[in-house]
Amino acid sequence: MVALVLPRLMDVSAASRRSAAVAERNVSALKSIYWLLLVSGFIEPLLYLFSIGVGVGALVGDLTLSNGAVVSYAAFVAPAMLASSAMTGAFAETTFNFFGKMKYMKLYDGVIATPVQPFEIALGELAWAMLRGSAYSGAFLVVMVVMDLTTAARAAVAFPAAVLVGFTFGAIGMTIATFMRSWQDFDVLASAQFVLFLFSGTFVPAQAYPTLLRWLVEVTPLYRAVHLVRGITVGGGGWTWLLDLGYLLLVLAIGLFIASRRMSRLLYR
Amino acid sequence: MTTAQPLIQARGLVKRFGSFTAVDAIDVAVRAGEAFGFLGPNGAGKSSTMRMIGCVSPPSGGELRILGMDPVRDGPAIRARLGVCPQLDTLDPELTVRENLVTYARYFGIPRRVARLRAAELLDFVQLSERADSKVEPLSGGMKRRLTIARALVNEPEIVLLDEPTTGLDPQARHLVWERLFQLKQQGVTLVLTTHYMDEAEQLCDRLVVMDGGRIVAEGSPRVLIEQHSTREVVELRFAGESQEPFASKLDQLGERVEVLPDRILLYVPDGDAAVAQVTALGLHPINVLVRRSGLEDVFLHLTGRTLID
Repeated sequence: MVALVLPRLMDVSAASRRSAAVAERNVSALKSIYWLLLVSGFIEPLLYLFSIGVGVGALVGDLTLSNGAVVSYAAFVAPAMLASSAMTGAFAETTFNFFGKMKYMKLYDGVIATPVQPFEIALGELAWAMLRGSAYSGAFLVVMVVMDLTTAARAAVAFPAAVLVGFTFGAIGMTIATFMRSWQDFDVLASAQFVLFLFSGTFVPAQAYPTLLRWLVEVTPLYRAVHLVRGITVGGGGWTWLLDLGYLLLVLAIGLFIASRRMSRLLYR
Repeated sequence: MTTAQPLIQARGLVKRFGSFTAVDAIDVAVRAGEAFGFLGPNGAGKSSTMRMIGCVSPPSGGELRILGMDPVRDGPAIRARLGVCPQLDTLDPELTVRENLVTYARYFGIPRRVARLRAAELLDFVQLSERADSKVEPLSGGMKRRLTIARALVNEPEIVLLDEPTTGLDPQARHLVWERLFQLKQQGVTLVLTTHYMDEAEQLCDRLVVMDGGRIVAEGSPRVLIEQHSTREVVELRFAGESQEPFASKLDQLGERVEVLPDRILLYVPDGDAAVAQVTALGLHPINVLVRRSGLEDVFLHLTGRTLID
């Protein structure tokens, strides 16, 4: 039994160590210009929160949610900004940067000559992307607590949820990146991302849409992410958070699986 | 493992890309401590073979064992003991020279402290210590190549794979690389390299295979190959005029073999000076005469009917 289990365990520890080395590489590559990028990723959701959540919110007034709870418009919008900034942060790292490293810098052609395997590269890059995404989420949650849009206890629960959201979109982004042919494809992705951002129950409850459109919206990953995070920061929603959680975990697993399969195909020629 | 067992053993090894067969059933055995070469023109299947040995390209057929293991199943375990210097540099442009080595060492699970020490040693070995904190991009081709070689040594590998280690380098840079590779060999590291330079193969390889069109056309030490497939000396003659062809027919009886190239005629003879005298006796007056010893270039020409570098 020990002889059977031990090598497996060592495999897992070796694999996670190698994934960590991939993430570590990005720490070494950190440049001052990169910090500017990091800051801009944090500012963006804040601008939306202030301009629309607070600004437009003054015109809209309070909202009555489907469970009967009444919340300010800013409190309604804030969790959506949190979820979409987790998406944006994860996408930035796993689509644009990942694609550049794979296709133009040929970075992974060097990495695969070491014991590191494509799956471990994917995991390492994803972990790195999540460090960045989590930093955004944490900072944004602090702002939400300070603005009294949620409580500190709820924010503490919302943080791991936002991290999961980041992981899921990171895996999606990485999968997309393995199908990208050139930088032009990123325009399409940016448009798709913006549509998701606008229509995932971010600014308007999904119930406001016609039934068919509403169903469509409710199966998108960002809607599930917003729904999960909003359920935590605002409350209500009952057991449906389990559905969101299962959905995000499933997409994460599928994304990682496809991304590492695709990377193996592209790298092990 | 006994020393008699080859470190790398290929039997009927095949690599196909779609309908194209890049490597066509080759048999190779590389022994511990030797410098083994794959010699051939571009497209001969050298790099494809190297990638399979490096466990980054699954074989399409045949058998391949490296360090007694299966490259598909035991890839990470094998790669942990290999050093790879690929044909095109895959250095990390976002890191400095030193960081490139330290980061690469981390991929092998080498502790950071050890990695730093080893990076310093290796930079010294390839004479790049002064550029340790420079970015990779401004380095010359020769420096990048040396850095790639240093990177290949960061895990203290038992086998170092070098795919055209000096292609594109100026003569001075080439000699520096050769010197370092020779030192590695002295330390007992097994070297496997590909090249389309004859002098490189003659300088570095104990044994080599000549590849052409995905197949092995000859195998042996440089000396034995030259003995088997060429004469002791070669006379190179260049005649004035559009074509060398008309002169070749007159030289038929002079050597063991006559090769006509677009710009010169090669006479394969045991004694070069005697042959030159005979040419003059025939009343022929080439504008240029060169007597030299046979080399691997001549072996390749004999085996394939083509020159190596076109």
